[in-house]
Amino acid sequence: MSEYIIELSKYFICGLMICYTLCNFYAFRYRGASGKRPVYTIQNILLFLIQTFCFADLILLTEDIQYLFLFGFVEVFLLMALFLVPTIYENCNRLLLNNTCMLLGTGLMMISRLAYDKAIKQYIIVLISLIISLLIPFIFSKVRFLKKITWLYAAIGIGLLSAVLIMGGVTRGSYISVEIAGLTFQPSEFVKILFVFFLAGALWENTSFLRVAITAVLAGIHVIVLVLSTDLGAALIFFVAYVLMVFVATRNYLYLLAGAVGGSAAAVAAYQLFRHVQIRVLAWQDPWSYIDNQGYQITQSLFAVGSGSWFGMGLMKGDPTAIPFVSVDFIFSSICEELGVIFGICLILICVSCFIAIMQIALRIHDRFYQLIVYGIGIMYIFQIFLTIGGGIKFIPLTGVTLPFISYGGSSVMSTMMMFFVIQGIYIRLQQEGERRVEQTERRTEVE
Amino acid sequence: MSKQNEEQKSNKRRRPRRVSNFSEIMVSVVFFCALFLCMSVYLVKFVATSEQDMINNSYNPRQEILLSRNYRGTIFSRDGEVLAETKLDNDQNETRVYPFNNLFSHIVGYSTQGRMGVEALANYYLINTNTSINNKVANDMAGVKNPGDNVYTTLDVQIQEVANEQLSIYKGAIIVTEVSTGRILALVSHPDFNPNEIDEIWDDLIQDDSSSVLLNRATQGLYPPGSTFKIITALEYIRQNPGSWKNYSYQCNGRYVKGDSRINCYHGANHGSVGFETSFAKSCNSSFANIGMSLDREAFDKTLEGLLFGKELPLTLTYAKGSVQISDDMTDDDMIQTSIGQGKTQITPIQLNMITCAIANNGKLMKPYVIDKVVNDEGNTVKNFKPSAYGYLMTEDESAMLTDLMVSVVEKGTATKLKGLSYTAAGKTGSAEYNNIKGDSHAWFTGFAPAENPEVCVTIIVEGAGSGGDYAVPIARRLFDSYFKEKPMTN
Repeated sequence: MSEYIIELSKYFICGLMICYTLCNFYAFRYRGASGKRPVYTIQNILLFLIQTFCFADLILLTEDIQYLFLFGFVEVFLLMALFLVPTIYENCNRLLLNNTCMLLGTGLMMISRLAYDKAIKQYIIVLISLIISLLIPFIFSKVRFLKKITWLYAAIGIGLLSAVLIMGGVTRGSYISVEIAGLTFQPSEFVKILFVFFLAGALWENTSFLRVAITAVLAGIHVIVLVLSTDLGAALIFFVAYVLMVFVATRNYLYLLAGAVGGSAAAVAAYQLFRHVQIRVLAWQDPWSYIDNQGYQITQSLFAVGSGSWFGMGLMKGDPTAIPFVSVDFIFSSICEELGVIFGICLILICVSCFIAIMQIALRIHDRFYQLIVYGIGIMYIFQIFLTIGGGIKFIPLTGVTLPFISYGGSSVMSTMMMFFVIQGIYIRLQQEGERRVEQTERRTEVE
Repeated sequence: MSKQNEEQKSNKRRRPRRVSNFSEIMVSVVFFCALFLCMSVYLVKFVATSEQDMINNSYNPRQEILLSRNYRGTIFSRDGEVLAETKLDNDQNETRVYPFNNLFSHIVGYSTQGRMGVEALANYYLINTNTSINNKVANDMAGVKNPGDNVYTTLDVQIQEVANEQLSIYKGAIIVTEVSTGRILALVSHPDFNPNEIDEIWDDLIQDDSSSVLLNRATQGLYPPGSTFKIITALEYIRQNPGSWKNYSYQCNGRYVKGDSRINCYHGANHGSVGFETSFAKSCNSSFANIGMSLDREAFDKTLEGLLFGKELPLTLTYAKGSVQISDDMTDDDMIQTSIGQGKTQITPIQLNMITCAIANNGKLMKPYVIDKVVNDEGNTVKNFKPSAYGYLMTEDESAMLTDLMVSVVEKGTATKLKGLSYTAAGKTGSAEYNNIKGDSHAWFTGFAPAENPEVCVTIIVEGAGSGGDYAVPIARRLFDSYFKEKPMTN
C-alpha cells in the first residue's frame, strides 16, 4: 500500500506544485484585491496538500514517528502565519505571504529529510523570526526617524562586518560568522537590511554626483570588508544592489554602465589576486577534470540534479547527502534530485513571482525613500537566488550563498523574513494611504 | 454629473500616477526575468541531455542505490537469446551469467570490474526498472529487489559464432554491420576472455600488457590501414580529376622510385601497364604511389577530415581516433607511404567499416549502434532505438564509382576468392606491413554484398597472418554465406 502512495505521490506533488505556481501568475492578472482572494485560498489548500504528501512519504519510508511530530509543528506554524498575519495586518500582501509560507514549508520539509536535528533548530529560528518580523510593520507605522539616520546605518553595517573580519571564527575558510552564547550569527545577512536603508536614506532626495561618490566610498568599504572576509557571494550581492539602487535613484544609465565596467574590472582583479576565486572558476569551467578535489562539490550537485530528472527519484530515494554542505549551499540540487526538476523550476518561478510582486509594489510608491528600500530588497533577494541556484547547476561559478527561506541557516532565514516584512510594512502603509486618498476624494465629491 | 465623477474616480483608481523612475525599475525587472529564463532553459537542457551520463558516471554514488533496489536486467541477442543475465539463488544472491562464455566478451562486456561493452552502454537501463507498480508492491512485500529493465541488442548469434570461429587462434577483429541501418550484427575481438570468470582473471588481465586482452580491437585497435587505404586515395584522385580519372595509365615495373624514396609492389609483383581500375583491383603500390604524388595535399587533408580521421566518431562504444598526417611540407617518402596506407597512418577497424558502409549506402553513413530496444520485465517496450544518419561522407556518384572499383577487386583483382558466388561482393584487401625488417603483414578485408543492393558490410583484420587476399577474404566469404543463409536475398 505504502509503495503505491510513494510512487504516485511523486506525480501528485509535481502536479500540485505546477498548479500552485500557475496560481501565482494568475493572481498578477487581477488589479483589485477581491478577485484574487479565491486564488489565494486555492494556493493555501495546495500548500497544505503538498506538505501532507511530502511528509506522508517521509513518515511511510522511514517509519519514524518523529516526522509526524515535525509535520504537526510545521503545519501549525504555517496555519498560524497564514491566518495570524492577515488578521493583524488586514492590508498585507497575500501573494508574498503565501509564497513565504510555501518556501519556508518546502525548506523545513527538505531540511528534515536531510537532517532531522537541523530541522528542529531551523523550526525554532523560523518561529522566532516570525514573531520578531511581525513587529516590523507596526514599527513602520509608528517610527518617523528612519529617514534621518542614514549615516548610522552605514556606520553600524561597516562596524559589524569589520568586527566579524577581525574576530570572526573560521567557517569553511570564510571569516563570516561569530558565535555568541552558543549561537552562530552571520552578521552580513543582517547588514544587508542596514545597507539598503543606508542607500535609500542617502539617495532619496539628493542624487548629485558628490552624494553618489560618497555612497560609493561607503558601499565600497562594505564590499571590500566582505571580500577580505572571503564572503564573495555577499560581496557580489552588496555590489549589485548598490549599482542598481544608484541607477534607479539617479535614473542615469551612465552609472549602470560604470557599475558594469567597474564590476568586471573588479572581477578580473579578484581572479588575479585570490587563489580561492581561481579555484572556483576552474571548478566551474571544467569540474569533471577535478572531480576528486576542486570539482567534487559541483559534480556531486550535478549528479543529484541529473539523477533526479523531471519527476525526481522520490523523497528518501535519492542520495542528496552525498553533496557536501547540501542543506546550506545545495538544497536546490537536493530538491531537484528527490522531487524532480519540474518541481525545481516551479520553485524558481515562485521566487521570480515574489520578485515581480516586490517590484510591483516599488512601482506604486511615490516616496522615493520607501521605494528604494523595496527595490533594493527585491534586487538582493532575486540576485541571491540567481547566485545559489546558478552555482548549483553550473550555470555560473559557485559563490556559496544560501537559498533564501529554504536553505538551512538561522541568520539567512531570519534576515530574509525581516526583509519581507519590511516590504509588508511599506505595502500596508501604501494601502492605508491609498484608502485615505480614496476617502478624501469621496469626501470632496460629496462636498461638491 | 455624478456619473462623470464616478468615471473620474474609477479612472484615478485604475490608473494611478506613474512613478518617475518607472522605466528604470522595469529595465531591472526585465533583466532579471531574462536572466532566470536563461538559467531555466539551461537547467532543462542539462537534464534533457545528460541524465544518463550523470547516472552512468562512476563517481555517482546513486548507482549503488539503484543496484540495491533493482537487480541487473538481461541482455538479449536480436532474436531473443540470452547474452547476459543475473541469476538469483535461494538467498537472493546475485550472479551475472554469460551463457556464451567468451563469444561476446568484448561487445557485451562485463559489469563487476568497472563496465565494458553493452553492459556499460546500457547500464542506465539495466539498473533502472519500469516494472508495473503491482510488481513493485509485491516485491516490496516479499522484501526482494525489482527486476531491472532488459535490453535487446542488434547482435546475431550465428554470425558472431562464424566470425569467432573464422578468426580462430589469430589476434584481430571482425565487424559485421547492416548497411541501411548501422546495426552491429557481430563484433569479435581476439584474444578474448570469459566474462563469467572476470573477477578471478581480472588481476592477470590488467597486468598482462603484451597481449592486451581487454582491448576491444574492433573499436580501439589502431592499425596501419595498408592497401585498404587505397579506397581513400582513389576517392581523392576521382575528386581531383573528375573528368579524366578513367584515362589514367601507368607502367608498373614492380617498384616506384622518386629521388631517394623507393617502394615495391607486394611481394615484388610486376603489374605491367595498368589503368586506374586495374591499379585498384590488383592493389598496385607503384601506381598508387604515382597517384598519391600527383594529388593536391591540402585538398587531400580536407577529404581525410571528412572521413573522420582525427575526429570524434558517431559511436557510443569506447573507441580510439584514427590519425593521418598530410601536409604540404611532408617529405615525398612520407607522401608515398601514406598514399598506400603505410607510414604514420592509423585506423581502427570500426572507422574503416563506417567508411565502407557509407560507400555501400550511397555515401550516407548510418551511425553504428548495438542497443536495439529496452523492455521491462514483462516485455513491454520502454524505449526503441531507431537508426539514425550521421550524414554524407561522399556523393552518390562517388560511392557508385568506388563500388565499381571494389567489384573489380573481386572480379579480377586480389579478392577473387569471392568470385562466382550466388551474390556479388565488393571490397578491398590490404596487407598492412607492421614490421619493416621482416615484412610481416596484417591481413585486411573490408567490403559488402550484394554489390547491386548492399545489405551487409564486413571488416576484417587478422594480425600477422599475411596477405589480405589469402587470409581475410575467405573469412569474408564465410560471413557473407552465413548472412545470406539466414536471410535469403530479396531479389
